[in-house]
Amino acid sequence: MIIAERKPVDEIKGFIEGKKKVLVVGCRGCVTVCNAGGTKEVGILASLLRLDAQKDGRDLTVDEHTLERQCDPEYIDELVELVEKKYDAILSMACSVGPQFLARRYPKEKIYPSLNTCFIGGALAHGIWAEHCQACGNCIIHNFGGMCPISRCSKSLLNGPCGGSAGGVCEISKEVECIWHLIATKVMEENRLDEFAPIQPIKDWSSSRDGGPRKIVREELVK
Amino acid sequence: MTRELKTNSRLEKVLVSGAFAVTGELGPPRHCSAHEVAEKAKHLVGNVDSVNITDNQTAVVRMSSLAAGLLAQKEGLEANMQMVCRDRNRIAMESDLLGAHALGINNILALSGDHQKFGDHPQSKNVFDLDSINLIQVIKMMRDEGRLLSGQELPPEGRPKLFIGGAYNPFADPEDYRVHRVAKKVAAGADFLQSQCIYDMDRFRRFMAKAVDMGLTEKTYFLAGVTPLKSLGMARYMKNNVPGITVPDSLIDRLKGVPKEKQAEEGIKIACEQIQEFKEMKGVAGVHLMLIEWEHMVPTIVKEAKLVPRPQV
Repeated sequence: MIIAERKPVDEIKGFIEGKKKVLVVGCRGCVTVCNAGGTKEVGILASLLRLDAQKDGRDLTVDEHTLERQCDPEYIDELVELVEKKYDAILSMACSVGPQFLARRYPKEKIYPSLNTCFIGGALAHGIWAEHCQACGNCIIHNFGGMCPISRCSKSLLNGPCGGSAGGVCEISKEVECIWHLIATKVMEENRLDEFAPIQPIKDWSSSRDGGPRKIVREELVK
Repeated sequence: MTRELKTNSRLEKVLVSGAFAVTGELGPPRHCSAHEVAEKAKHLVGNVDSVNITDNQTAVVRMSSLAAGLLAQKEGLEANMQMVCRDRNRIAMESDLLGAHALGINNILALSGDHQKFGDHPQSKNVFDLDSINLIQVIKMMRDEGRLLSGQELPPEGRPKLFIGGAYNPFADPEDYRVHRVAKKVAAGADFLQSQCIYDMDRFRRFMAKAVDMGLTEKTYFLAGVTPLKSLGMARYMKNNVPGITVPDSLIDRLKGVPKEKQAEEGIKIACEQIQEFKEMKGVAGVHLMLIEWEHMVPTIVKEAKLVPRPQV
């Protein structure tokens, strides 16, 4: 899923400076699962903003609403009635797709992103998420013992590990595991060095973001 | 190993002749003074067969390795231009390879490159379009097959005759896998390989025995990396702070037993003992002297290690 985290509250307060009526919009998709932008987090942010205004003696109304998803026009449409109530700012708590979809559907509104969209990843444990995919558009993890060196090696090496791998950690930080250490160790444990010996071919990045913004058209689904 | 020359590289000629090769290292300045390159070069002329010109090492911006390499060549050295995959994509690298050879560069060392997190521009975007092994393949393709990665053909007179180098680090992990990674560089087409600084001789002996056993040293020239320890402080720093370098306690103890003002001398002595062993070690074709910001000691070390005079080829 897409992993996101809330922006620092001061940055969000900056978005709504001088504004009197604000709508916070959550999303029940990925950001609910990673505890960044679901109903609960919408409630927390709204309360923070109300309390801050109260403390300063400012007049501020903060409404809350969570959509099923912010990456689908049909759910974005649900906001029509709320938007008619004329908000000074709409804070989206979805990944950055959400505020973009809101801005397109409601072009006269002032839409702000309240989350930073971080990466495609999964939960390692409760409260810990790690990047596992860079959306290169041509998955080859089966060549690496089921691990992705493009997203999980700091240098995206296809023929690692580099000379900075020490004690299972990456040269950039002791907090970053060396994925190539794990790949190489697995290959050796499974006695598969021979099949692992060929050089990984030079990657074609045209299916990645490098090929330009991407779009998928599934003819059988297009009405 | 005996074979025909592929390039006009002096380093290649020395290695093919069977002589024990010596390469040095020159770090370009963090500004554009040609004078500093010339000053550093003075200590190396006549003492090494070829000199590595580092490419923005540790991700700190310096004069480009091509420019500094050409300046070094003007002083009478032969440059081994380092090229990292961090800062350039395949388009820029192929272009620079063509340009470098057109300007007289005969050796290239293909590296992945230190991550920019270490350097003076940690906010930068990195490239890593190719990795070092892929880069070796590309250079070989351009030289031997006469084409670019795109398939674009290079006319016979327009193929970069570059002697292709790579790096190897027996001290990074996992230890048992290191020789297999080097095997990939050999298979990719590396003509010569230079190692990370060697301090842990036991581990290096184990590594070389495996490389010899796998037949790698029959296909590619292996040079052993030497960086003399200037002080006990440097030894401790290398041991604790440089990922992929191991310094055994026996070396630390040896430096501890020497008064501070004599530690540099002891470091040179240790390096000379290492070089003597490399000369006799099966599979080692030469040494790579990395005297980082200590270039003026090169004449001393090559003299004491009996590496001069260098062969005329």
